[in-house]
Amino acid sequence: MPENETVTGLGLEEYKYGFVTEDKPFFKARPGLDEDIVREISAHKQEPEWMLEFRLKALKVYRAKPMPTWGGDLTQLDRVLDEIYYYLRPQEKMERSWDDVPQEIKDTFEKLGIPEAERKVLAGVGAQYESEMVYHSLKKEWEDKGIIFESIEDGLRLYPELFREHFSTVVPVSDNKFAALNSAVWSGGSFVYIPKGVKVDIPLQAYFRVNAERMGQFERTLIIVDEGAEAQYIEGCTAPVYTTESFHSGVIEIIVKPNARFRYVTIQNWSNNMYNLVTQRAMVHENATMEWLDGNLGSKLTMKYPSCYLVGAGAHGEILSIAYAGDGQHQDTGGKVVHAAPHTTSQIISKSISKGTGRATYRGLCKIYEGSESAKSNVECDALLLNETSRTDTFPYIEIEEQSASVGHEATVSKIGAEQLFYLMSRGLAEDEAAAMIVRGFIEPIAKLLPLEYAVELNRLIELEMEGSVG
Amino acid sequence: MNEPLLKIENLHAVVAEDGSEILRGVDLELNTGEVHAIMGPNGSGKSTLAKVLSGHPGYEVTDGSVTYRGDDLLELEVDERARAGIFLAFQYPVDIPGVSIANFLRTAVQANRPGEEVDIFDFQEELLDRMQLLEMDPVFAERSVNQGFSGGEKKRNEILQLAMLRPALAVLDETDSGLDIDALQVVAAGVNKLKEDRPEMSALLITHYQRLLNFIKPDHVHVMIAGRIVRSGGPELAEALEAGGYEAYRGETAGV
Repeated sequence: MPENETVTGLGLEEYKYGFVTEDKPFFKARPGLDEDIVREISAHKQEPEWMLEFRLKALKVYRAKPMPTWGGDLTQLDRVLDEIYYYLRPQEKMERSWDDVPQEIKDTFEKLGIPEAERKVLAGVGAQYESEMVYHSLKKEWEDKGIIFESIEDGLRLYPELFREHFSTVVPVSDNKFAALNSAVWSGGSFVYIPKGVKVDIPLQAYFRVNAERMGQFERTLIIVDEGAEAQYIEGCTAPVYTTESFHSGVIEIIVKPNARFRYVTIQNWSNNMYNLVTQRAMVHENATMEWLDGNLGSKLTMKYPSCYLVGAGAHGEILSIAYAGDGQHQDTGGKVVHAAPHTTSQIISKSISKGTGRATYRGLCKIYEGSESAKSNVECDALLLNETSRTDTFPYIEIEEQSASVGHEATVSKIGAEQLFYLMSRGLAEDEAAAMIVRGFIEPIAKLLPLEYAVELNRLIELEMEGSVG
Repeated sequence: MNEPLLKIENLHAVVAEDGSEILRGVDLELNTGEVHAIMGPNGSGKSTLAKVLSGHPGYEVTDGSVTYRGDDLLELEVDERARAGIFLAFQYPVDIPGVSIANFLRTAVQANRPGEEVDIFDFQEELLDRMQLLEMDPVFAERSVNQGFSGGEKKRNEILQLAMLRPALAVLDETDSGLDIDALQVVAAGVNKLKEDRPEMSALLITHYQRLLNFIKPDHVHVMIAGRIVRSGGPELAEALEAGGYEAYRGETAGV
């Protein structure tokens, strides 16, 4: 099916690149990174001066910071970083054709039963017009409640004060090398504001809003949940994302104001050449609750530790994650909770599965500052190893300055037991099916919190991954 | 007489890990619809026989044959044996955390009906029907398989699976469960109801104590000592064992 055929005559063409202004200065993409590229990005986005300065400063910080030596193996990354394109206009990204998408990826889409139109979006070769329509009707509903849900670029353009007041307040430029890089070259992502006391049932889905920009390599998301508001945001998809890029470094900043509740759900399944280095952090104020629900599949190396900074009394943070490390993959994930106020509570539950030569690392930090009276934190990490060659490590860092705080930590490592397989097989399940059932059961405590369609997709994906995996 | 449903001839099996011989020439014939009991002291190889029949990887058959419906059973993988109609009720079933009984059963029922899409509503109806037959609370099906179950609940779960999968041959390994009268009754009542419902189902009961046989009447009783069946007879054999114990038969193994 030709890519544009579906929309002809539907009057939807105008939405295709609807998030980019019409008069674009000429921009020619080229690989590598220098100050000119940063200036071009900023100019192309018609940004205010302060943002250009912010980007240029971030570039300096990025260059000054050494490559991290902890976590995953980043020794090959310098070469990758010299070769990639730091900014492509959406149109340029769209130039790839369906024929260029590797057969392996197409086969997986086929097995997952993903509709044709959606496959093209996932492969970065088309836009999802039906979702666009759903989005536009929801958008009306949200607007009536005063909710802002825009691309990050439009957020900056349309709500300059609100944007500037919060931008980079949760993740400062100097936080880490890749946050600095993102700060210099960010493009794409969401800007969300939920007004005081507003409660939204339908999750805000990045899926609906973005089309061409959804694969942003350096996406930046800023979410402000005002006092007493409640909402949920969903990003990503369990189907494999195919991009020709091999580097992804996002920054997600969330501010949860007093008495508000927010849940951020991400499921990402990157192609296995990808370095995925993401900074996700929430600032959680008095009596507010923040939940990260994070699923990491695919990639060559993922380093991602969603964090909650509990800065108001009674704030609560939860980080629930599932990591799946297939052959040759390293998932270095976990969570970080910082208690900086009395009666703050947190929970980290991390489940990882390693298959073949896959390696899953849990890396977590629980920091409790003095004065965080009666703070409580509980960390639970469970690893499941599928083969003899699979690997898992646990690095739970705990720093407690407060006497009255209590911290619990529990870690388990299990293998798919021969007795479990025998039991299930003795009921007629083939070995692969039996293994998939055990894995599904293992992640169930987290998977059950996912929206239904995500949970279903995740289950199907696990079945695919389990084919021929045991023994 | 038709050929037997199950025919075991001179079956020898060893522990795969260390090669120690457990079964030393078992012979047994079982016809469709019959209930057989195998009794024997601890360590006689009763449980091993059950595991070998369902293909447990921890044992290796070194000699002899097992013919099921005229075919070589030992050629089949564990799951193929199950789909061919052999069901093993475990003495100590393992936990499968996070997997509900309903979910597990649906997958198992589907696996046993290849080429047919098991309808979710039909399945639910069938599950409720079977649970009702076995006097179980439907809420039970929502629990994770065997996780935190009491001995009696584990047995209930095994019997429910037996009811749903409708095997041709049920092998019930109840070696030690004679210690728990509650669990024993769950098994007995379940088997009796299922047998009433499907008289064609055959059963092989493996038990240490005669007590189970107070509740399920076997057609044939076999005494197993040191990896062989040393005596076969009718229900009266079980009663004699209850009175005299296994001592009287130990001598019969001396020549082995």
